[in-house]
Amino acid sequence: MSAPQFSKARLTEIEALVKRYPHAQSALLPVLHLAQEDFGHLSMEVQQLVADTLGVRLMAVREVVTFYTMFREQPCGKYLMEVCTNPGCMLNGANEVLRHTCDKLGVKVGGTTPDGLFTVAEVECAGACGGAPVVQINGVYHEKVDAAHMDKVIEDTRSGEGAGA
Amino acid sequence: MIPSDPSKVTAICFDNVDVPNMRKLEVAREQGAYAFLPTVLKEFTSEKIIDEVKTSNIRGRGGAGFPTGLKWSFVPRNTGKPTYLLCNADEGEPGTFKDRDIMRFDPHLLVEGMIMAGFALDVHDAYIYIRGEFVHEANVLNEAIAEAYAANLLGDNILGTDFSMDLTVHRGAGAYVCGEETALIESLEGKAGRPRFKPPFPAVEGFYGCPTVVNNVETLSTIPAILEFGGKWHASIGVPNSTGMKLFSVSGHVNKPGNYEVPMGTTLRTLIEKHAGGLQHGTVPKVVIPGGSSTPWLLAEHYDVPMTYDDIMEAGSFLGSGAVIVMDETADLLALTARLAHFYTHESCGQCTPCREGTGWMERILKRIQNGQGQPGDIEVLKDAAYHMSGRTICALAEGAGAPVLSLIKHFPELLEAGIVEKAA
Repeated sequence: MSAPQFSKARLTEIEALVKRYPHAQSALLPVLHLAQEDFGHLSMEVQQLVADTLGVRLMAVREVVTFYTMFREQPCGKYLMEVCTNPGCMLNGANEVLRHTCDKLGVKVGGTTPDGLFTVAEVECAGACGGAPVVQINGVYHEKVDAAHMDKVIEDTRSGEGAGA
Repeated sequence: MIPSDPSKVTAICFDNVDVPNMRKLEVAREQGAYAFLPTVLKEFTSEKIIDEVKTSNIRGRGGAGFPTGLKWSFVPRNTGKPTYLLCNADEGEPGTFKDRDIMRFDPHLLVEGMIMAGFALDVHDAYIYIRGEFVHEANVLNEAIAEAYAANLLGDNILGTDFSMDLTVHRGAGAYVCGEETALIESLEGKAGRPRFKPPFPAVEGFYGCPTVVNNVETLSTIPAILEFGGKWHASIGVPNSTGMKLFSVSGHVNKPGNYEVPMGTTLRTLIEKHAGGLQHGTVPKVVIPGGSSTPWLLAEHYDVPMTYDDIMEAGSFLGSGAVIVMDETADLLALTARLAHFYTHESCGQCTPCREGTGWMERILKRIQNGQGQPGDIEVLKDAAYHMSGRTICALAEGAGAPVLSLIKHFPELLEAGIVEKAA
């Protein structure tokens, strides 16, 4: 497999990003977000690419990737469902939503379905407690979620994927 | 429109939060956005602005409640280094979700506040550090900022003046501790978000060693009204040591969870019953966390406490970020405390031993008690851990982690005792 590369358009975007800061390393988090968008997860090769692109040490990249929850070193399902179970959500049924979602998909918390479609994760406070319980699906906030909503999302996603295949 | 008579003010940050498409510059302008900005840039001096903010007596809305005008006055001038303005939009304290609504519904209010603050502090590069999960909010802000650049409200020679300022939205990547201002600065430098020792304070040595002001979204969004109507106007809203309006994020066992902007000094009861639709069960809450998960619990006896910095402190807690988590009779307080213990273990950055180890100890002990496997002496160990975590770490995360545990021990020890197995005689 050849080494991962950023597209020309991405490199232009990164160049513009770097100019917004006094030093290139400040662009590390934004560039890692872009890299994760492009490559799905941050493999060691992708981390090396980011280090080379910004001119920072690989260890500086490693330290950041391993510190922040949103950066993933391993692939996850095509649809990442992140269920918040902190107080606001917990008091309004988040644990039941989490359990139901896992049972429906036949996975444990943190697990991915065998078809690679769904990953279910438990996350820390999403900052949307007014809409508890909250589930982020590929970064989109779903609020006041219940088991029926999760069923519908899962079924709609499956049929959408089936139709597209 | 915000009235100039302070006794008639019903909202500052949320004045236009319900206006459709308020995020668009054209709509925001119809509501008066940026209307007063030329006066500030052309007729106000830096000293006048800082004086007005001091007179307003506004205290930082992010949680610490430090007087904003005083913070601004600490910034040294003519150091030969640039001064940076950072907006703390990392909103991660469990229970807090107010800044999100300002950013997604009225982003120009924040942008205008930042231009005014930047002008006062002679800032040319400002950043909004927004938590990584707020992808939509970051996009809304970026669109608003692009419109502001196109209208010469940002960039070079703003509105034809000598003042130039760039504004950049910077997404975090999932780390509660980055809401602590020095961790936020580390993160903005492209590093792991580990808090720094203070002093030096960021006002003197912050972003890349330069003078840096870090202010919360709500604080900065209040600046346009303070400058338009005056510091005295703001100071006459609320009560003397807790001035102005305040956004409270009410969540948990209420019928209408959400953000409510009320004058400082509104009672907890009014906030819950009049605004948040009352309790889901019963008439009086069992526990209320008044200022985010890191603040000690209030009980039913505190239901009529006025929501001010001083009154909440007198009741034994902190106003914090104004995140009011309400629990009625049905709440499982042990499970909630154990869940929060996991939160703090997960979010401890790990650089201070008492926090790194103590949060894990608390979580493991609470979980075994929750499973009915607690051991004699566990409550003492929990107390001991909280004691040794408090005041012995670089930032306040460890102390925050202890707050729910100590509250549970103090008010509901029977819940812990029930999960402790007595040794066979």
